[in-house]
Amino acid sequence: MQNPVYRRKEANMLKIEHLAWSIPGGEEIIKDINFTADEGKLIVVTGPNGGGKTTLAKLIAGIECPSNGKIIFDGEDITSLDVTERAQKGIAYAFQQPVRFKGLTVRDLLELAAGGKLPEEKLCALLGQVGLCANEYIDREMNTSLSGGESKRIEIATVLAREAKLSIFDEPEAGIDLWSFSRLVETFQQLRSRGTGTLLVISHQERILSIADEIVVIADGRVRMVGPGKEVLPQLLADERAARCPLGKEELA
Amino acid sequence: MNKITEELLKEVADFKGSFEGAYNIREDGGCAGRQSTKNIQITSKEDLPGIDIHIAPGTKGETVYIPACVTHSKVDDLVYNDFFVGEGADVVIVAGCGVHSEGDDQARHNGIHRFFLKKGAHVVYKEKHLGTGKGKGLRRIDPVTDVYLEEDSVLEMDTVQLGGVDRTVRKTNGVVGARARLVVRERLMTDGDETARTDFDVTMEGEDSGVDLMSRSVAKGHSHQEFYSCIKGKARCTGHSECDAILSENGTVTAQPALEASHIDASLIHEAAIGKIAGEQILKLRTLGLTEQEAEARIVEGFLK
Repeated sequence: MQNPVYRRKEANMLKIEHLAWSIPGGEEIIKDINFTADEGKLIVVTGPNGGGKTTLAKLIAGIECPSNGKIIFDGEDITSLDVTERAQKGIAYAFQQPVRFKGLTVRDLLELAAGGKLPEEKLCALLGQVGLCANEYIDREMNTSLSGGESKRIEIATVLAREAKLSIFDEPEAGIDLWSFSRLVETFQQLRSRGTGTLLVISHQERILSIADEIVVIADGRVRMVGPGKEVLPQLLADERAARCPLGKEELA
Repeated sequence: MNKITEELLKEVADFKGSFEGAYNIREDGGCAGRQSTKNIQITSKEDLPGIDIHIAPGTKGETVYIPACVTHSKVDDLVYNDFFVGEGADVVIVAGCGVHSEGDDQARHNGIHRFFLKKGAHVVYKEKHLGTGKGKGLRRIDPVTDVYLEEDSVLEMDTVQLGGVDRTVRKTNGVVGARARLVVRERLMTDGDETARTDFDVTMEGEDSGVDLMSRSVAKGHSHQEFYSCIKGKARCTGHSECDAILSENGTVTAQPALEASHIDASLIHEAAIGKIAGEQILKLRTLGLTEQEAEARIVEGFLK
């Protein structure tokens, strides 16, 4: 009798191959990006403004279509799949600018994200992870009555609610206060420690970079540097000091 | 009560085989059932078709049902209902209306409701309209609501029409006394060749009176909606109106909000927005796994909730 065949678990949850994207009829923003993100890891994508980080996140989520290259997710080529299909396969995406809805409450959005009704304890836990008290927010509409920081944290909570294989956060620190940011960093650490689900975070924040398993530096539409966080972060910090200090990094070192 | 009335009542007046408390059921211009209670007396008008509803001062926690149904074509029902709400009373009034037509002729209900709220009274008024049946005859509901609020009284009007009414003209007029408040929430959806017109005209006459009017509507198919409102401030008062409309397919909407302030301390605000569903809203729900159609339906459902 044959042994049952088990599918090998993909170590690479996400594999980006020669990815390129241009503004329709215009400049090439993403030129040739290659990297992999392993299962259960926290990958931080960083780099200068305008380098293509948000576009890369949108290409992975299916919001933009690449002009060249492949996106392999959990062993499957998903390059031709649309946003809904990718979401259903397990990609979650937190918008940099949260979307407002007249009429949809925080509970509605979290339940849509989770794919069904959520008990109060779960709703409380999800909002707690982004530093919000469920009682105050759960039945409020996700409209302009919420501050920028509040809506940003709810946006992040909608991605946490999905418990997806790959969760993408585009500058989660933007617009939220220091206390909530600390809570968010803890949440990323907790999610990573579970070892299930890969986190891809676009960030400039040193505190997020410092907890990264891998750092991918994107500049001018290409990967300028990639490697373990422990190796890449010191180089980034040295470069940053060199850029600011007229004496240059050699003197500082 | 006939079968069609029973079905319509389930939809528009939360009917579960019977009503508890005071009620009057109007069917094709006649009375299909009535009950008064100790605190709520319902009597027929002597000079006009319709009823007077007297709610005793201090009545608390009771609900009055006064639904009206038109169950076939060739009916043009006109009714005058007056509500006299005593001082300090706190009640719910449910006035659902359903029109059903299987024929080629029109089926119409025209309900003229007047509310007289005494000092400190509080009323939640729920009005739900529905059209059913496949007849070519137009289904029309043309309600008129006149509100007179004495000092410290509050009327909260929740009006819903989500489908099947071919033509509607909805007029709401109000006079608001000192420290009294009128709150109106309108939700409207039209489809096919339906048309709907909303007219609000409210005057704040008392010191520290207030009006809050919120209208949310969705115009689908080839339907057309018109929204006219005029909030007048004749004393120190606060008035707010908010009109949001979502366009879908070939639906069209006209909105003409007006504010009239004739007192230095009248503070009046109007907000209005018309447009299709924002692309980013659909995109956000698609990133949660919904298809484009599911996302649109969910956004509309939430908007009109």
